[in-house]
Amino acid sequence: MSDHTWGVLSNQAITAAGVVYFLALLCALVEWSAWLSRAKAAVAAKELVPAGRGHSVQTPRESERVETNTVESSADGDRVDLDTPPPSGSGGSISEVTEYRAALFGRLSLMLTAIAVVCHLAALIARGMAADPNRVPWGNMYEFTISGSFVVAAAYVVLYRRLKLAWMAPWVLGFTVVVLMLAVVALYEPVAPLTEALNSYWLVIHVIAAIIATGGFTLGGIASLAYLLKNRFPDAALLARVPELAALDRVSYRIHAFAFPVWTFGVLISGPIWAHEAWGSYWNWDPKEVWAFITWVVYAGYLHARATAGWKGKKAAIVALIGLATLWFNFIGINYFSSTSQHSYAAPAAPAVVELTISEGASR
Amino acid sequence: MSTPTTDKGPSGQEKQDVRRPGELNVRELARWGWRQLTSMRTALILLLLLALAAVPGSLVPQDGVDSLKADQWRAAHTTLTPIYERLGLFNVYSAPWFAAIYLLLMVSLVGCIIPRCLVYARAMRAQPPATPAKLTRLPDSATYVTDEEPEEVLAAARKELRGYRIRKDGGSDDSVSAEKGYLREAGNLVFHMSLIIVLVAFAFGSLFGYKGGVIVLVGEEYGFANELSQYDDFKPGSLFTPEDLDDFSFKIDDFKAEWLTTGPGAGTARGFESNLRYTAGASDEKKYDLKVNHPLTVGGTDIFLLAHGYAPVITVRDGEGNVAYSGPTIFLPQSQNLLSFGVVKAPYASPEQIGFQGLLYPFQGTVDGEPVNLMGDIGDGSNAMLSLQGFRGDLNLDAGPQSVYALDTSKAHMMSPDETGKAFNLRLGETAELPDGLGSVSFDDVQQWNRVQISKSPGKEWALLGVSLALVGLLGSLFIRPRRVWVRARRVDGRTLVEVAALDRSGGGDTASVVTGLVENLRGARTQEEKDV
Ligand code: HEM
Repeated sequence: MSDHTWGVLSNQAITAAGVVYFLALLCALVEWSAWLSRAKAAVAAKELVPAGRGHSVQTPRESERVETNTVESSADGDRVDLDTPPPSGSGGSISEVTEYRAALFGRLSLMLTAIAVVCHLAALIARGMAADPNRVPWGNMYEFTISGSFVVAAAYVVLYRRLKLAWMAPWVLGFTVVVLMLAVVALYEPVAPLTEALNSYWLVIHVIAAIIATGGFTLGGIASLAYLLKNRFPDAALLARVPELAALDRVSYRIHAFAFPVWTFGVLISGPIWAHEAWGSYWNWDPKEVWAFITWVVYAGYLHARATAGWKGKKAAIVALIGLATLWFNFIGINYFSSTSQHSYAAPAAPAVVELTISEGASR
Repeated sequence: MSTPTTDKGPSGQEKQDVRRPGELNVRELARWGWRQLTSMRTALILLLLLALAAVPGSLVPQDGVDSLKADQWRAAHTTLTPIYERLGLFNVYSAPWFAAIYLLLMVSLVGCIIPRCLVYARAMRAQPPATPAKLTRLPDSATYVTDEEPEEVLAAARKELRGYRIRKDGGSDDSVSAEKGYLREAGNLVFHMSLIIVLVAFAFGSLFGYKGGVIVLVGEEYGFANELSQYDDFKPGSLFTPEDLDDFSFKIDDFKAEWLTTGPGAGTARGFESNLRYTAGASDEKKYDLKVNHPLTVGGTDIFLLAHGYAPVITVRDGEGNVAYSGPTIFLPQSQNLLSFGVVKAPYASPEQIGFQGLLYPFQGTVDGEPVNLMGDIGDGSNAMLSLQGFRGDLNLDAGPQSVYALDTSKAHMMSPDETGKAFNLRLGETAELPDGLGSVSFDDVQQWNRVQISKSPGKEWALLGVSLALVGLLGSLFIRPRRVWVRARRVDGRTLVEVAALDRSGGGDTASVVTGLVENLRGARTQEEKDV
């Protein structure tokens, strides 16, 4: 196949992936709406029977209270699976059809997502094959964006069962669809060869780590965002599909705990090694590096916050979202606003401008 | 540190002393301050502050990163500059307030780690804690009733809990207390200590290292010897001394670039290779092919190829026929296709000083009557063009140091070749006469140059060791689950009541599955035995 064919294939695969993600999103929304009607029924039932132990009464506002709560429930001997639907009260009458519909569309959504992820991967590979010589598909913002959103979607599918991420479907899919659309509409660039400095296996390692961590942090950020919403609106029927605060906190932590070492490796080990090979010093206080460092420090702050009394729960979730904001700012903002960055993948490399003064020496 | 510590404020203890306000003595105050500084909350706030403090350095151009840009910024913002200067915003990463934050963070780190190392050392030797009285009050617990003897159940539990450390006396005779995941805290301590290694190594490198750049012409007659005076720009660390310069020299025999002729990158180059001959100290001459991402290391010094360009050989004769300027003149690339800008100054020309500034087109073509540069490959030079604006008069060299890449035309007058054209356009080998018998300028040849960066960052191996250790420690501290498991079995109403409970102190673990798994195994063992019987 010619390079051109590969390029066309890549574009078609991205379009296909986008469409299938969108269908998956629709299915997820159908499932979500089933939950919505169930939650509304539960609320109605609760109003009918004010003395009943409605779900929302139990919902704690802070994770600390969740722990005591779990203690009580296990003391009672009944373990509450945090991902099971909220108890619908005494009179929650949901038709079996709704129940069935939710399960069906949930499974359909997952299946479609998996198909879309495969298309997405094919698009990335084709993109790399389209370049001469063949290369990793992250030569510019477009490629980095489609790679990053791939990691978000793929991580969601991979962790679906382990972390019980079914509730996340509309969030992840909505995010992926929007980002892919932006990438295609606003960032698309034709395939071009990598500049010389980017042609290094350390860079490949560095960028793989950066992309995986970015995807992970994004997924973790979604969980933190859900935590904050659920914490603020414990009774919202719209959030009925979202698990309990304690479960959200744990899911968020586990994803962040995975992404943080990957980020550490990418930004503080492989990045500097590559920078040393390419620029001659391992840390240059280049804006991109500075923001990578800021992100790292903020996420370190998140891990600390989770272990600090008075910070765990809500404040920790806020810190995680600040971390995510710095991460995205680094990717988007620095490329557009900073001209001193040596990270040249957003724009053609600036010529080396040398200042040479007639008065010699190390006076500067 | 990322495991919970008790975060008691000062009030907890102080309130109990009945004392009038202001009577807190110096020692207590110091202890209070120390406890505050080494608390988890302070570490967290310092971390967030550090992140915040790093921000301005990425928005304001930094002297240490791009001094040229910093100077341009200063020139463009005259009101803000003095304020920024006062705040150290052009040197954020060496500013006192930035240092204050990370030093506090380091002190807090040390103050946090040392006591925890001691605690850890004791914990390593200690037994798992005694079994709590009410296991069912723990977050994750389960009970079941069996007909086995309590001793049998406990023996089975001991077997199941392989990999755990089991309390010797059991606390009491009716239970097993087990603990594992001690390495988590070790990982945590290693991670935090490694950060100190990294910081120290980094500081060492910035204090004793340097980074310099030089443009070296390709050819036998040129070259570089590692002395301060040879550098074009030089950024030493504050404790650097010129004796730290390694003794070496090199010449560039040849330079090759591979030019792309098709595709979106057409006209630009890839695959740069610079053939060096170098001598280090008293040793023999050696050869090395310097490439991007493929530096040469001599002693502790690293030599990198950063950029390349052309140096047209230009000769200026003055009105008296004397050579007022001659030689390869370094032109700086303005774009990827090596359209380059350069300056010629002939201050000793008579009767007047002569200067030129202009562009080198390595491969010139014409679009809409305007000259454009088509590609960076100069080939045999037959399409190269030098387009120079001429100036006569005072080049203002007395006013102080000038960049060799800029011409001060404030006191000079433009001179044109004739009434129509403004610039002297020269093909390779051509000579143009200057007006009014002022002399001539000729474009004799083209040479190549390489921009080479030479740097020394002592301690970089330590920094790498530090981050690598930090990562290993981090993995341990994030993924090893510290876990305590208890099993109690006692006779109740003629049968055996078994209680199982688990506790994960890291807050991330899923102890419920540990309990269910253990219960399943314990009961499964029994069912198996029953079948055997
Ligand atoms: C937010 C953090 C970071 C992200 C998302 C990131 C991502 C990337 C990406 C996508 C590229 C371009 C690869 C290509 O175009 O093929 C790149 C290049 C590079 N990265 Fe990073 N990186 C980050 C932090 C760092 C850090 C901390 C360093 C440490 C020195 C570093 C060093 C480099 C270097 C030297 C390049 C090549 C730049 C060039 O000349 O174009 N990066 N990075």
